[in-house]
Amino acid sequence: MRTETKRMIKRLLRNPSAVLGFSLLIFFTVIAIGAPLICPPQSYDPYMIPIVTWDKTPQPPSTEHPFGVIDGRDIFYGVIWGTRTAFKVGLIVTLTSTIIGLLIGSVAGYFGGWLDEILMRITDVFLSIPYILAAIVVTAFLGMGLNKVMISLIMFGWMATARLIRGNILQVREEQYVLAARALGVNDYLVILKHVLPNTIFPVVIQATMRIGSLVITAAALSFLGLGAPVGYADWGSLLNFARNWLLGASGEAFKYWYAIVYPGVAMVLFVLAWNLVGDALRDVFDPRLRG
Amino acid sequence: MENILSVRNLSTYFYMDEGVVAAVDDVSFDLSPKEVLGIVGETGSGKSVTVKSIMRLIKHPGKIVSGQIIYKGQDIMRFDEKEMYRIRGKEISMVFQDPMTSLNPLYTIGDQLMETIIQHQKVSKEEAYKRAVEMLGMVQIPEPEKRMKSYPFEFSGGMRQRVVIAIALSCNPSILIADEPTTALDVTIQAQILDLMKDLQQRLGTAMIFITHDLGVIASMAHRIIVMYGGKQIEVGSSDDVFYNPAHPYTHMLLRSIPRIDRKIDRLEPIPGQPPRMIDIPKVCPFLPRCPRNVDECNQKIPDMIEISQGHFVRCFNPVGGGN
Repeated sequence: MRTETKRMIKRLLRNPSAVLGFSLLIFFTVIAIGAPLICPPQSYDPYMIPIVTWDKTPQPPSTEHPFGVIDGRDIFYGVIWGTRTAFKVGLIVTLTSTIIGLLIGSVAGYFGGWLDEILMRITDVFLSIPYILAAIVVTAFLGMGLNKVMISLIMFGWMATARLIRGNILQVREEQYVLAARALGVNDYLVILKHVLPNTIFPVVIQATMRIGSLVITAAALSFLGLGAPVGYADWGSLLNFARNWLLGASGEAFKYWYAIVYPGVAMVLFVLAWNLVGDALRDVFDPRLRG
Repeated sequence: MENILSVRNLSTYFYMDEGVVAAVDDVSFDLSPKEVLGIVGETGSGKSVTVKSIMRLIKHPGKIVSGQIIYKGQDIMRFDEKEMYRIRGKEISMVFQDPMTSLNPLYTIGDQLMETIIQHQKVSKEEAYKRAVEMLGMVQIPEPEKRMKSYPFEFSGGMRQRVVIAIALSCNPSILIADEPTTALDVTIQAQILDLMKDLQQRLGTAMIFITHDLGVIASMAHRIIVMYGGKQIEVGSSDDVFYNPAHPYTHMLLRSIPRIDRKIDRLEPIPGQPPRMIDIPKVCPFLPRCPRNVDECNQKIPDMIEISQGHFVRCFNPVGGGN
């Protein structure tokens, strides 16, 4: 493994977009971990953005509030702690829905037959419902809140993984080394665990990585629509929701309240970009078909 | 000598949408310890399905419809999957045709060797490692200790097949099944691998079932030969019997269609016609449509295996040489 690992790291370092992606990701991770140091929480729930003024009009960046104030809340605090929210939503939703997809896909792919047929038709039904619409309906049904948003995103987020893993398993289980392992007396579960899954997992890992970014956008969209996090919760989408009323600027000054959009917006764009670049880099490293 | 493996009336059918394919039809044979049994036949004659049936590795839509496989006095057809795990690899082991794809690309050679050893023998990791290194040395891989950490893609085809053989032999199986182990290799490597297998077979005293479509390969390896055609055994005999006194018209014509180093033949004679389409074949000799020696009886039923000389069986109403 050592030479192979070295080779992978070398290939990663030679790719500027991979380096950018990983640096961004490390940057966000540091911010998320260091949030209590950068912005010490001021109430019992650190995720609630403290209210600094009762004046609802946005206030431009100042030394005290470097990203400005909106709806009486400090944007800087919201962006910093919102990083944690973004990681939380992205990782939990992606992990859970990927595991669900893996289970359904691998059962369908390995056992085949009628079980495969039923599971894949269920997948089709879920796929046929527009994602955002389904998420909105389910969130509305379950009630508001970040957890509910995550549940609805998980419910409608596993299908791509299931299909991907099923297709790959159908391909890999016909490989001779799978037959060879069985002929050598390795039992069925070990065959799936050691020989089939590892050979099918890379595309799933890559797809999941890329999905973390886009999930954060979806969650933000739901928050923007007022379905996600409660008012005042440190979440980039909620910050943008506050900015909705001030989008048009003041009369004669279209960009008067730019800071209300730009800071949370840039954070979100960079976050998504980071995951996409990392996903691309992982694909280049892991997918042997793309090796040049 | 007591037989180590007896196959009795084994039939494996594939139930396809187009009809039923009798891939293996009523095959019986015995294997004694330390014997090398060759199975020859062309593509689709049922060689591989026969051995996969012995290992119980037939997948849907295939099904073993009848027969007994008696290994050391036990009918392994009655075993459940769990009991089969103990048989596969430990008692009966298998080497496949294509060494390029028989190894998992994600694990080192050492991992894959140790996997089988640990699966079947209650040994510690260190002992398994030692045994794995020893096996690599046995199949003549240079610097075995170093090679344990290599991945399959770092090996050539011949070396991979050596590794596959090492894995197959790592638990001292009583029977090694080799399913065209040299077909995917080039000729010089073929010779090396054959020598290695012959040598290991004699040294370890493993009984072997050797499948090939290459008559030259089988001549140098096998003590006894089964000739298969259309899913049926058509001739069984010692190597010499089959090569020097072929009794079945198919074997006879097959031997005349290949160049021989030991005999001058002016012209190679191909066998006219095509191998049979295997779907819903009538209950007659599968070679009948191509057979120049057919008699009236051939159109009515399938001949039984008859013993024409000591240990030499043929399934034909009109064998070459009149049956002696």
